[in-house]
Amino acid sequence: MDLILLRRKVIEHQANLFREGYLDDQFTQLQKLQDESSPDFVFEVVTMYFDDSENLLGNMTRALEQPIVDFKQVDAYVHQYKGSSASVGAARVKNVCANFRNLCEAQNREGCLKSLHRLKQEYSVLKTNLQYLFKLQQDIRTAGGSIPMMD
Amino acid sequence: MESCNCFEAQGPPDELLMKYQYISDFFIALAYFSIPLELIYFVKKSAVFPYRWVLVQFGAFIVLCGATHLINLWTFTMHSKTVAVVMTSAKVLTAAVSCVTALMLVHIIPDLLSVKTRELFLKNKAAELDREMGLIRTQEETGRHVRMLTHEIRSTLDRHTILKTTLVELGRTLALEECALWMPTRTGLELQLTYTLRQQNPVGYTVPIHLPVINQVFSNNRAVKISPNCPVARLRPLAGKYMPGEVVAIRVPLLHLSNFQINDWPELSTRRYALMVLMLPSDSARKWHVHELELVEVVADQVAVALSHAAILEESMRARDLLMEQNVALDLARREAETAIHARNDFLAVMNHEMRTPMHAIIALSSLLQETELTPEQRLMIETILKSSNLLATLINDVLDLSRLEDGSLQLNAATFNLHAVFREVLSLIKPVVSVKKLSITLNLAPDLPVYAVGDEKRLMQTILNVVGNAVKFSKEGSISITAFVAKSESLRDSRTPDFFLVPSDYHFYLRVQVKDSGSGIIPQDIPKLFTKFAQTQSLATRNSGGSGLGLAICKRFVNLMEGHIWIESEGIGKGCTATFIVKLGIPERSNESKLAFVPKAPVNHGQTNFLGLKVLVMDDNGVSRTVTKGLLVHLGCDVTTASSIEECMRVVSHEHKVVFMDVCMPGIDGYELAVHIHEKFTKRQDRPLIVALTGNTNKGTKDNCMRAGMDGLILKPVSVDKMRSVLSELLEHRVLFEVI
Repeated sequence: MDLILLRRKVIEHQANLFREGYLDDQFTQLQKLQDESSPDFVFEVVTMYFDDSENLLGNMTRALEQPIVDFKQVDAYVHQYKGSSASVGAARVKNVCANFRNLCEAQNREGCLKSLHRLKQEYSVLKTNLQYLFKLQQDIRTAGGSIPMMD
Repeated sequence: MESCNCFEAQGPPDELLMKYQYISDFFIALAYFSIPLELIYFVKKSAVFPYRWVLVQFGAFIVLCGATHLINLWTFTMHSKTVAVVMTSAKVLTAAVSCVTALMLVHIIPDLLSVKTRELFLKNKAAELDREMGLIRTQEETGRHVRMLTHEIRSTLDRHTILKTTLVELGRTLALEECALWMPTRTGLELQLTYTLRQQNPVGYTVPIHLPVINQVFSNNRAVKISPNCPVARLRPLAGKYMPGEVVAIRVPLLHLSNFQINDWPELSTRRYALMVLMLPSDSARKWHVHELELVEVVADQVAVALSHAAILEESMRARDLLMEQNVALDLARREAETAIHARNDFLAVMNHEMRTPMHAIIALSSLLQETELTPEQRLMIETILKSSNLLATLINDVLDLSRLEDGSLQLNAATFNLHAVFREVLSLIKPVVSVKKLSITLNLAPDLPVYAVGDEKRLMQTILNVVGNAVKFSKEGSISITAFVAKSESLRDSRTPDFFLVPSDYHFYLRVQVKDSGSGIIPQDIPKLFTKFAQTQSLATRNSGGSGLGLAICKRFVNLMEGHIWIESEGIGKGCTATFIVKLGIPERSNESKLAFVPKAPVNHGQTNFLGLKVLVMDDNGVSRTVTKGLLVHLGCDVTTASSIEECMRVVSHEHKVVFMDVCMPGIDGYELAVHIHEKFTKRQDRPLIVALTGNTNKGTKDNCMRAGMDGLILKPVSVDKMRSVLSELLEHRVLFEVI
């Protein structure tokens, strides 16, 4: 019983994430890469992404706190973050990054700070959601089932 | 007083005697003493004296004799016993030594005498050796002369110089009075004086060649002594009072080039000789020595060799000059020919245009006229005009085509076309004529005949049309059948084309078309003439069929250009005729896209789907995206190495990696730089991994930059599994892939 419930939950959750635009097709692609030889591929990639995010966000914050802001540097960070997000399929984060880059080019400090704030928000939401997803998947696995894939 | 033997003085006359004895004894003693002194003195002076012992002995003997005489001085007066004893002992000693010396001399004197004879003997020997040495020296000098002479002779290749030098050097070496060379004249019947030592330009002395003395010299390969009175030797008036010097003559073989045949080295009797005459100075007692004759023979041989070399050289120079002349002439001829060809081409090009324009006008206007209201006679006239002008237009085209075909300036186009459609079109073009002539025509296309082929559609159609047209033209009744199929080697085995071979290949096939008609046929003798330009068979049936006779010639040219063969078979008059031709057409490429309805046999998703173990390298400084790309490739079975910087990438990359994926939207890092480095590192094309750029950048400039940097491909992110799969297979097959941005 639990298993079926869990599976349904997972499916629903994933569907939601996609619907809301938190994740895009790239995430599906990642899931496709998960097989017997790399059963935790998605988890590993996403964890790496989280670490990367923390790092980059921290850098961005520090850079923007400087009295004289090095916009090029900030732009570099944002570009990196955008790349990472695109790789894992974090769509909303990616979009915010795109916007952020424009602001960096315009050297708009206020705008950048606002963007950064939004970025952090999006990131934390995504993180929560994904962690929940992983937990569900883990539960399924412990219960002996297989993780349902999104087509 | 004791008695003594001394002689008592009797009176004053005995005193004189005693005085004289006294003096003589004294002088004798003196002499005796001085002789050994002299001996010792002189022997000491001389360097060698073998008989010292003898000297000592002799010295002792003389000294003792002297002593004896000296002691005698004391015995004239009264003397004591002591003196007597001394005297006696001296005498005894003297006697002993004298005897010994006398005995010694018996041995010594013969020795001394023999020394003398030996001395004489050695003197003679020395004189003899001196003489011999003089002789050897002369010989050696002669040898040197020969060498020098030879060297002089060989050092030039000019015949005149050779001969002159010979004479001069010989004259010098042997101290000759005169040296002459007689050469055979052109006729070979006389010997002409050509060179002499003393006279500068000998004029016109000739002697007939068949004199006995000359024959004698010519038949012998050694130097022969001849009489100074014979005609060849009588060159100058006799200046000397006595005998003219001895004369020697020797033959010098003149080797002609024609004498050199491979099999028999010149031992033929048709040899020509020159005669060399050498005269010793008159009024000298000199005679020809053996070694001098040998020298002359050697020189004569050398001269012969040198002359032959000179002759060969002359010959080769002449041949070379001839060749050069010919070359020049040929060059000129070639240039003239080229000019002629150019002129003709220009003419044709101009004429082509000039002729076609009026032609076009005539045809166009005549056809327009045809549409108007005309009387029957007028219509007939217009039709004739049209027909004639059409014919003329065709003729002009044919001529132009043929001339272009002839000088090879015609090139076939190659494009993919519908083969079946070509046949259908020919059919439709010929159908009107066929129905008018009440013939029937059938077309058979083999089932394995490809629908599409690569080649020159227009010319192929022209060929088929021509052949079919001929078939129709020469048939009054019956049927015509056209068959087309793919030719395989076996089907060609028995045909009349012994020297035409099908070369099987994956990219070409051979189309074989056979057109059979049941028309008038051709006599087998005429068949070869068919393909000649402007030749027409003379049979009545064809006389008024029109045609310029160029058609088949042109077809043959086209077929040859298509690497094929065309031929006609016929059993005879009235038995119909079969024209067959084979041409090589290309198979259109399978990966040629949507244009072709021709579906290749391989599945659409062809190519590799299995990349197991394919070594690739991923370079990306973004950890997440790097991991994702790696995962993608691992999922497809590749063996992935990762690098997060250009340095790391260059360190890790090896020729085992087949593809390098690099992210080029990294700011601050010029990804293109990596491409350049990789090109530098792998100079051999097959070792170098393919370089593919991954970018999320949808900039048009990116693609150009990638291509400029020498990358083999560009893919846009995000990349799905399927996309990566097809990308990899495309890359590995074609080695290049630039996604459309």
